[in-house]
Amino acid sequence: MISQIFILSSKGDHLIYKDFRGEESKDSINVFYEMVTALSGDQPPVVMSHKGLHFIHARQGGLYWVASTKTNPSPFTIIEFLNRLAALTKDYCGSLSEKSVRMNFALIYELLDEMVDFGYIQTTSTDILKNFIQTEAVSSKPFSLFDLSNVGLFGAETQQSKVAPSVAASRPIMSSRGEQYNSKNHGVLMKADIHGEIKIKCFLPSCSEMRIGLNEELSIGKSQLKGYSSAVRVDECRFHQAVKLDEFDTFRILKVCPSQGEQTVMQYQLCDELPCAPPFQLFPSVEKDYVNRVLIFLKLRCDLPPKSTALNVSITVPVPKGSTSMSQELSSPDQTAELQPKNKALLWEIPRFPGGAQLSALFKVDVPGLSSASLLEVGPVSMSFELPKQTCTGLQIRFLRLSPTQTGLSQRWVRYVTHSDSYTIRI
Amino acid sequence: MTQGLDVSALFMDMVKASAKVDIVQKKLVYLYMCTYASDKPDLALLAINTFRKDCADPNPMVRGLALRNMCNFRMPGMTEYIEQPIVAGLRDKASYVRRVAVLGCAKMHSLQPNTEIDGIIVNELYALLRDPDPVVVVNCLRALEEILKDEGGVVINKPIAHHLLNRMKDLDSWAQSEVLTFLLRYHPRSDDELFDVLSLLHAFLQSAHAHVAVATLRLFLHLASAHPAVQADALLCTSAPLLATCGAASRELRFTGLCHVQQVMRSQPGLFGTHYKCFFCGYSEPTYIKFRKMEILVELVNDENVALVLEELRSYCTDVSPELAQAAIAAIGRIARTYSEKCLDILTGLLALKQDHITSAVIQTFRDLVWFCPQSTAAVCQTVEACVDSPQDSEGKQTLLWLLGEHGEQISSAPYVMEGYIDGLKTELSSAVKMELLTTAVKTFLCRPAETQDMLGRLLHYCIEEESDVCVRDRALLYYRLLQRGVEETRKVVTGPKSDPSMSVLTGRQEEPISQWASTFNTLGLLSGRDLCLQTAVISAADQPSNSTGKELLPDVTLSSPNDTEEEISLSLGPPLSHETFEKMWLDLEILHRQTLGSPRPRTAPDTLQAALQLVKIQTLAFTPGDTVLWKAYIYTRSTGTLILAELLQGDPQAPGSDESLVVSVKQQPVNQHAIRGFASILKSVLQTLNVDSS
Repeated sequence: MISQIFILSSKGDHLIYKDFRGEESKDSINVFYEMVTALSGDQPPVVMSHKGLHFIHARQGGLYWVASTKTNPSPFTIIEFLNRLAALTKDYCGSLSEKSVRMNFALIYELLDEMVDFGYIQTTSTDILKNFIQTEAVSSKPFSLFDLSNVGLFGAETQQSKVAPSVAASRPIMSSRGEQYNSKNHGVLMKADIHGEIKIKCFLPSCSEMRIGLNEELSIGKSQLKGYSSAVRVDECRFHQAVKLDEFDTFRILKVCPSQGEQTVMQYQLCDELPCAPPFQLFPSVEKDYVNRVLIFLKLRCDLPPKSTALNVSITVPVPKGSTSMSQELSSPDQTAELQPKNKALLWEIPRFPGGAQLSALFKVDVPGLSSASLLEVGPVSMSFELPKQTCTGLQIRFLRLSPTQTGLSQRWVRYVTHSDSYTIRI
Repeated sequence: MTQGLDVSALFMDMVKASAKVDIVQKKLVYLYMCTYASDKPDLALLAINTFRKDCADPNPMVRGLALRNMCNFRMPGMTEYIEQPIVAGLRDKASYVRRVAVLGCAKMHSLQPNTEIDGIIVNELYALLRDPDPVVVVNCLRALEEILKDEGGVVINKPIAHHLLNRMKDLDSWAQSEVLTFLLRYHPRSDDELFDVLSLLHAFLQSAHAHVAVATLRLFLHLASAHPAVQADALLCTSAPLLATCGAASRELRFTGLCHVQQVMRSQPGLFGTHYKCFFCGYSEPTYIKFRKMEILVELVNDENVALVLEELRSYCTDVSPELAQAAIAAIGRIARTYSEKCLDILTGLLALKQDHITSAVIQTFRDLVWFCPQSTAAVCQTVEACVDSPQDSEGKQTLLWLLGEHGEQISSAPYVMEGYIDGLKTELSSAVKMELLTTAVKTFLCRPAETQDMLGRLLHYCIEEESDVCVRDRALLYYRLLQRGVEETRKVVTGPKSDPSMSVLTGRQEEPISQWASTFNTLGLLSGRDLCLQTAVISAADQPSNSTGKELLPDVTLSSPNDTEEEISLSLGPPLSHETFEKMWLDLEILHRQTLGSPRPRTAPDTLQAALQLVKIQTLAFTPGDTVLWKAYIYTRSTGTLILAELLQGDPQAPGSDESLVVSVKQQPVNQHAIRGFASILKSVLQTLNVDSS
């Protein structure tokens, strides 16, 4: 059971504090903050103890979400609950930040009051909670149709009752690892892991059944193949417990009665055998130039289809220790590159990278006391990027239907996006 | 209020505001009142009328709200006001109110923990286990658990267990995992019933919620403790959800998953073998996750994946964070115990980077490797010989010296490297390095006397005549006297037979039975690392054979003091505490006991004091040298499940009159007054004996 729950800003300001059992004093907040700031990197910071009181915390949106307990509960439960609390707060307030939590403190207390009683979790379902939550959410940013991340789901006053969009987003997290050799043109893919999910963000006031059609040729597992066209395949998938799967086997249709708010309808995973090539290929060359200078020449090719674009591509290349300065030759003015001596790395950023294009960059890094062994320190290169309108598995939403059809206006948006999680290329 | 300001002065106005109808305002007023009720009990009583009125409101939401908040008032004398509304609430037609009322019973009990248990309420709660609302059912379990805590908690008999099992599907995930924990208490009568239970629960092993899957697994491991095949099957089923948590978006969840994977691997090392790539580190992951992943990777290495795993670990060795790089090098060293050749190549390559922290870590890895698998000695020696630059930190220096001393005959340059250290002795700060240097010099002298004799002489001369550190001086004197007895005598002592740890590598790590860890599975203890471990170490510390070095020095210390009528308590040393842990615990704990021992500090050498204390199983951690005015010593010991920490202090300026006498301050975890008294009397008698001896 949970003794207290509190939310702290990264600077240690008390944003929310609720004591459920009266076992501990409010000082425990300060105790926690002192402990968490005194941590060095190698200690496991998720669970900490002080005089028989255990603190379990999660970091979300730059805030500390902390539960304290005197018993020995399941860590999975507490951590998933804290994550759920953060997700609900985000659903209600539109975004997770110190400001939005401060502005909506009454609402968050109300949420906590309904979710936990005497330290026991009562409910976290939005369907039930929305009956009890009376406070109107205050949106910390003006409403914009283009920035959906900022829309409060239930309360936000900016939202008009007529507009009832529902969004399904397929969001695979791309995490792949390529291995490349200096001399060869093609690298060998060592490990690729795709974690994807279909999320629904639903604003419909009344609950009606929604039918989501996926690619008909979708196959699950290694052996099963459907049709003769190039199959869309995932290794494993898991569904939200409310999803009805009676038409899934034959027609690949998910039926769900979505409740208001954001929900994950389906999660899937694909390992190793990707249907398409990894989105980026890197052709690096690292040479010793003069006595104290390393020449790093990077040629980066984007293997996406020509119509797609990768956004916010940033490439981190580790450089030898003691690098002092760098000169660069980039192919276009919107790119930037800088040397970060603290992280022993150079950072190359490309805001837009169209598919099929090839960019190159030349970096000359000055390293006093350079030895040939120092070249070993260059690499592995890691990248982060976002691919809008793109799924790596090829999974698509064929259709999104509401039944019975709504008389009023209902808008449907489908958004695909791929985020890199850890994309590493060895040199 | 939420930002820590005290606004309790407004209480009166708030009481008035609580009569408002607006529900948002009501909620905020209730929140305010619950916070300050314990400060202003008399004013809070004024509000009770409003609450009681709200408890009869036609709107169930208002009824529930009022009842819940009224029960949250933590002040004496509240029970008489809340009892009647709670009993009414238990029979309310709205499930929302029943949920609140059920937990209200638990709150009422916690307000008056010493009163007799109300049999009527308990019976009513047991009856409500059949309630149609699932949350009411689970709340009943929780409330009964608290009310009946002294009698061992809620009773799960066969009808209740079966009822709960049948209701499992209706519960939400939080309730499911909680019910699964309650079911741990139920023991099916026959194997048939057991298998019925297990097949009912089988679907939950693969629940989309990790906490449900893990709670089910725990129940499986517990119930099927007599059926290893079932346990193995359950572990196999849960491996997919567990692996999924290891890749979860939330870092905290990922860490929890990794810790549990590690625990499962203690019994089933092969379970995750094919998924080793899941444990490759992502570059954006925090260090604590990377550490866990590396630990797991080391365990998962086999003939097929060793090349890939090593290549992955190799790329971490040049990480920005020195701790991470060193951990990666140590991980390669662990793998080297089985696959020495490949690992040695990588480690040798790393030496070429010439970075202090890497060189030092590699050499430390070499030391462990030579110790654990002697067959790699030749290769290591070759590498060490070729390695030109030497480590700069004291840990690395010690290790290099140890290698030189142990295998001096195989490293041709050993005397010359050592000579460099001896020449730089004056600037060396660490006494540990000096001690190691002494040992190395003597060992090398034994195998290569011609090259070493001169420098050994210089070294001993410096250490005996000029060195200020007592320990180094004593060590040098010891070796000097030993050498005076003759070379053969010295050889017998210094290079005596060693234990052979390489045997343990050959036999491999034993697979632990599942029962060994099943009880801590899915609990916090697994995650919190040191602190909880420490507590368990205190409890499990068996009486270890005491270090007997002190026996010859002080054969006639008597343990029992004449007026000690109490039952004898036994102290034990247990596993040693590190300075950091001691300091942390010392700062955390309160002083439980302070006493003047009535005798001054014994005027004996520090060694004698230490040995004498060790004889009665009290370990000395640190003391101030010689004749400092404010003489202090920190000592610790264990006794029947508790850890006792103590400070001895002489000449405390705050306690006048105690100039001569020692004052002892004791801290303890967990508290056991009897042990403290025993400890104090033992300490007193030791000090008295010592004083008699020295005078």
